[in-house]
Amino acid sequence: MEFVYSDEERMMLQMARGFAEKEVKPIAKEVDKEHKFPAANVKKMGELGLMGVSVPVEYEGSGMSNICYAIAIEEISRQCASTGVIMSVNNSLACDPIKIFGTEAQKKKYLADMASGRKLGCLGLTEPNAGSDAANLQTTAVLDGDEWVINGRKIFITNGNEADYCVLIASTDKTQGHRGISAFIVELDNPGFSVGTLEDKLGIRGSSTAELVFEDCRIPKENLLGEIGKGFKVALTTLDGGRIGIASQALGIARAAIEDATAYAKERVQFGKPIAQLQAIQWMLADLSTHYEAARLLTHRAAYLKDQGQPFGKEAAMAKLMAAETAMKAATQGIQILGGYGYTTDYPLERYFRDAKITEIYEGTSEVMRLVIATNVLK
Amino acid sequence: MKIVACIKQTFDTEAKIVVGGNGQISDEGVNLIVNPYDEFAVEEAIRTKEKNGGEVVVVTVGGDKAQEALRYCLAMGADRAVLIQDAAMVGADSRAVSIALAKLLSEKEAGYDIIFTGKEAVDDGAAQVPSRLAEKLDLAQANVVTALSLADGKATATCEIDGGSEILEMALPALISAQKGLNEVRYPSLPGIMKAKRKPLEVLSLSDLGLSADDVASKVVLAAAELPPARKAGQRLTGEVDEVVAKLVKLLKEEAKVI
Amino acid sequence: MSIVVCAEQRDGSLRKITFEALSTGKRLAEASGETLKALLIGNGIAGLADELKKYGVDEVAVVDNAALGAYTADAYAAVLAAYVAQENPALVLFGHSSFGKELAPRAAAKVDCGLVSDCIDINFADGDYLFKHPVYAGKAIGNYKVAGPVRMATLRPNVFPIVESAGAGAVVNFATDIPAAKVTVTGTMMASGDRPELTEADIICSGGRGLGGPEGFKLIEALADALGAAVGSSRAAVDAGWREHAAQVGQTGKVVSPNLYVASGISGAIQHLAGMGSSKVIVGINKDGEANIFNVADYGVEGDLNKIIPALIEKLKELQ
Repeated sequence: MEFVYSDEERMMLQMARGFAEKEVKPIAKEVDKEHKFPAANVKKMGELGLMGVSVPVEYEGSGMSNICYAIAIEEISRQCASTGVIMSVNNSLACDPIKIFGTEAQKKKYLADMASGRKLGCLGLTEPNAGSDAANLQTTAVLDGDEWVINGRKIFITNGNEADYCVLIASTDKTQGHRGISAFIVELDNPGFSVGTLEDKLGIRGSSTAELVFEDCRIPKENLLGEIGKGFKVALTTLDGGRIGIASQALGIARAAIEDATAYAKERVQFGKPIAQLQAIQWMLADLSTHYEAARLLTHRAAYLKDQGQPFGKEAAMAKLMAAETAMKAATQGIQILGGYGYTTDYPLERYFRDAKITEIYEGTSEVMRLVIATNVLK
Repeated sequence: MKIVACIKQTFDTEAKIVVGGNGQISDEGVNLIVNPYDEFAVEEAIRTKEKNGGEVVVVTVGGDKAQEALRYCLAMGADRAVLIQDAAMVGADSRAVSIALAKLLSEKEAGYDIIFTGKEAVDDGAAQVPSRLAEKLDLAQANVVTALSLADGKATATCEIDGGSEILEMALPALISAQKGLNEVRYPSLPGIMKAKRKPLEVLSLSDLGLSADDVASKVVLAAAELPPARKAGQRLTGEVDEVVAKLVKLLKEEAKVI
Repeated sequence: MSIVVCAEQRDGSLRKITFEALSTGKRLAEASGETLKALLIGNGIAGLADELKKYGVDEVAVVDNAALGAYTADAYAAVLAAYVAQENPALVLFGHSSFGKELAPRAAAKVDCGLVSDCIDINFADGDYLFKHPVYAGKAIGNYKVAGPVRMATLRPNVFPIVESAGAGAVVNFATDIPAAKVTVTGTMMASGDRPELTEADIICSGGRGLGGPEGFKLIEALADALGAAVGSSRAAVDAGWREHAAQVGQTGKVVSPNLYVASGISGAIQHLAGMGSSKVIVGINKDGEANIFNVADYGVEGDLNKIIPALIEKLKELQ
């Protein structure tokens, strides 16, 4: 067992940290406050290869490992969790399913477009009545000659307002339950598509969370992704990989909170000494740092297993559960350490707090993570 | 064109400096980076290649870890790297470093058209190697350069000087030391990082260069390092604006005697 | 043997750092028993020799030649090396100005001697010279010795006191072959205005991100003019494009040590403190009472700089 970075991973860390500090950090507050999609940085990230980290080079990706991907998401999210999730969704939820299930033609077109950053992707899964219960989807796709006709609504879709392509999960046969579900690739400049409600959210306010509306949206027959009736598997496989991304995002938020609180504790003098010398503060920082390290090891192990082609669903769920709860705890206690200042928008701790919460919810809530873990443990 | 960029691996500028019991500065647990000014040099070298064709060779003097700095430059887009590594170069002064670099560049890596360096390294802040190297190689030099154009075998450089700037013209080959503002440094792209692994990185000892330890014996020796006396927080002036300002001016005039 | 100061002149006037170097040279010459000499290089500058005499030089060597009108590193280094070959001095001093920073190492390479850059102190004790040079932008200070016979050093501006003293003050011409310069100076642009140059200013007023925008520097400029000060900037303000990089004070900018440094709207990142921490008196003005600048400021003013600075300017004007 080796716990050292390869040359590649070290360079990834150095590059992503440099980029995040110089390009992402300066606008993070504005991105949050103004609900501003960081388009210029997303473009730069595309040019640097960050939008298709583990996509093979022949499809214009970077051909790097999932560990490198986890490192990159953490560094970006350390400065701006909104930018982190935009990147995570494109990589994990849009590129990955096409990489795994796509035809050669689909990869050459859609995967290359998204991995290179020319186009942005999203995953259309959640519906008003079907979140984690993906078998209960209401959106339908019906074959009509050479075209699929899609009708229905998807909600809470990250990147939905800006995305060019959507990996869509829809029902092709309602009588079959989850065996009647199929996946598709939809180009969103389609007259049958429109963006519905945009959510006003507690956190990750720089990324859009949109309702996708499909009304007689006609797409070519060949845009079926994977086999007919196998869409449920596409969704589950995609979500497993996505959890590595979200765990990494949560790690970034947790580290931001821990680092900022530590720096403050060293500077803030009360009763004649820095509060970092008070045991009450020290214990908080010790516990948070331990949880963070544990979550990071879990996350990198899940990424490693994915790189090795081994099952990683349980590990990814553990990583996301642990990282998300650590992020929430770190942000909560980080604010506590900063006291009144932490509660104001003069410091970014309150932003970390708002951003951290979503990591316990999306791409599977912490309860669903426990369910996945328990299922694996008990089988 | 054959384009050379000389770099140095330095402590991260955020590093906290600790002086060990031996009076020397400890590098334990310090994050190492490519000297920020040298990044401008590497960037300019790559841009020069992109415009004129040729190859970029990045060179440094250092230990094992310096390979990481070189790989980073290869990931940015340099073509190959040379590391001069020798026990006799540990703690070398600027003179020794410039002797080793000059030997490399006048023999094994001769035939360059232009050499880029940073204007100084943020660790020792000596700013000696660019001028010493230019002298050793008998080259024209432009220091602290904020703008550069190359045409017809000539370089035109805008150099920062105290209180202003001047424009220098010189025939190539020449040595250019880079200042912030010369360019925007790129980040290595992910494909660049993958390619860097396979680019050649040659490690040379002093004897490979035809030098002996005596040739590079340091003339400048660090007897001991110390931490500067810590500044103490002074008085906090509080009250209404007019009151505070009056107090401040009085203190500056009568107590500090600086105005 | 001797101590030689390489005088720095621009457009026919000597720079202040030269007097600092001469005063230091005099002090060291008295301690080591050497003679103090000055080398003055340029075109039409022989008249400046008289001014050098005020600082206790025993001899001024003048190289006055039409080919040396514009300073170039290679030609000046050749003249200097020829003088060193004749004189064989124990120590040659330069200012750590853009002139000395470039010329000293080039000359040192030609002479093949050791050079300590950017010294903040030099002493002679137990038969040897000891040089103090800040490293890591002042986060540590190195004490150096240099193996002779010739040593060179550049002195940080504004650190060494200027002391006038008497000396023999002979003026001699030094004749040497002057090689053709490898570079041609085709233009010089000096910053307009009467403000002093940043590294040699006695007072510096600096602004940072807390100014809120480029227009905030108008306030800093007005304060600088009221104090006869130079204008500096934090890295954050330079990175935001509010000020040119030449004004940046800090680890990746200029290192300054004025008598008075007024930091307004600057949080006081470690890299900034590295550039101005050796200032004699520091004033910090910041609305954030927790700002790190207050940990180093001799006088800290917590409040809105948009109110404090105009009031300060008014008060300073009253005094005049």
